Amino acid sequence: MDIFLFLTFALIAVGCAVNLLLQRHPISSALSLIGVMGSLAVLYLLLGAEFIAAIQVIIYAGAIMVVFLFVIMLLNAGVEERTRRSKMSSIFGLPLLAVLFSQIAVIVYRVFDHRTTVQFGGFVGTTQDLGRSLFHDYVLPFEVTSVLILVAIIGAVYLGKKEI
Amino acid sequence: MSGPAVPLSWYLVLSAILFSLGVAGFLFKRNIITLFLSIELMLNGVNLSLVAFAYQWRDIGGHIFVFFVIVVAAAEAAVGLAIIIAVFRTRQTLNADDLEAMKL
Repeated sequence: MDIFLFLTFALIAVGCAVNLLLQRHPISSALSLIGVMGSLAVLYLLLGAEFIAAIQVIIYAGAIMVVFLFVIMLLNAGVEERTRRSKMSSIFGLPLLAVLFSQIAVIVYRVFDHRTTVQFGGFVGTTQDLGRSLFHDYVLPFEVTSVLILVAIIGAVYLGKKEI
Repeated sequence: MSGPAVPLSWYLVLSAILFSLGVAGFLFKRNIITLFLSIELMLNGVNLSLVAFAYQWRDIGGHIFVFFVIVVAAAEAAVGLAIIIAVFRTRQTLNADDLEAMKL
């Protein structure tokens, strides 16, 4: 059952990510990214991260992607035109990408033995544990994050003004 | 739940695949909004590996890290989309190849 769920949603995630690359229209790309995020939420649940799965759906797929869709519709972004001006990325992009992915895969297969398996319910990071850890051990980063959000709000408001 | 268990390395390989697809999108797409979507895809791949590591070490710290990554992604999306709107207002284009004022 675990392996069936993992394979199903991993395939959906990879398929949606490939679709993001293949689509020419930004709206289609954004919708396929929502598909990736939704299937990743199921994988988080399988790994026992219930709070992370919830905020993945609510904040990532809900709030952030809706802002993206708003901006795409606001700017009336059409089909992207192909300009073949970045020669460096078209020549070296694919080989270097293959090197990057194979390096990561080789390291993962060297470092992690296959006896480490994921059983559903083997480790559950409950919301209670997460909240306790967040407000005891990580309370300073949490407070600094609020300053970061404030700076982001001020920056977004300033950049959104009529003339800068 | 019965049946064969999933090796943890499969999750890490899946996160590597998602990250690489995000890098590919960043390299080959030319629409500036799609570049931002590719960055979000890379962040999602990294989040998956962090949650997998949290499972392996039975440590809630990985979840905390994902929490902060999501917060930073939200802030980044707000500022980045405001920059995109400001750029579109002055240049009337969303093509990354046309935005080369700071290129050497």
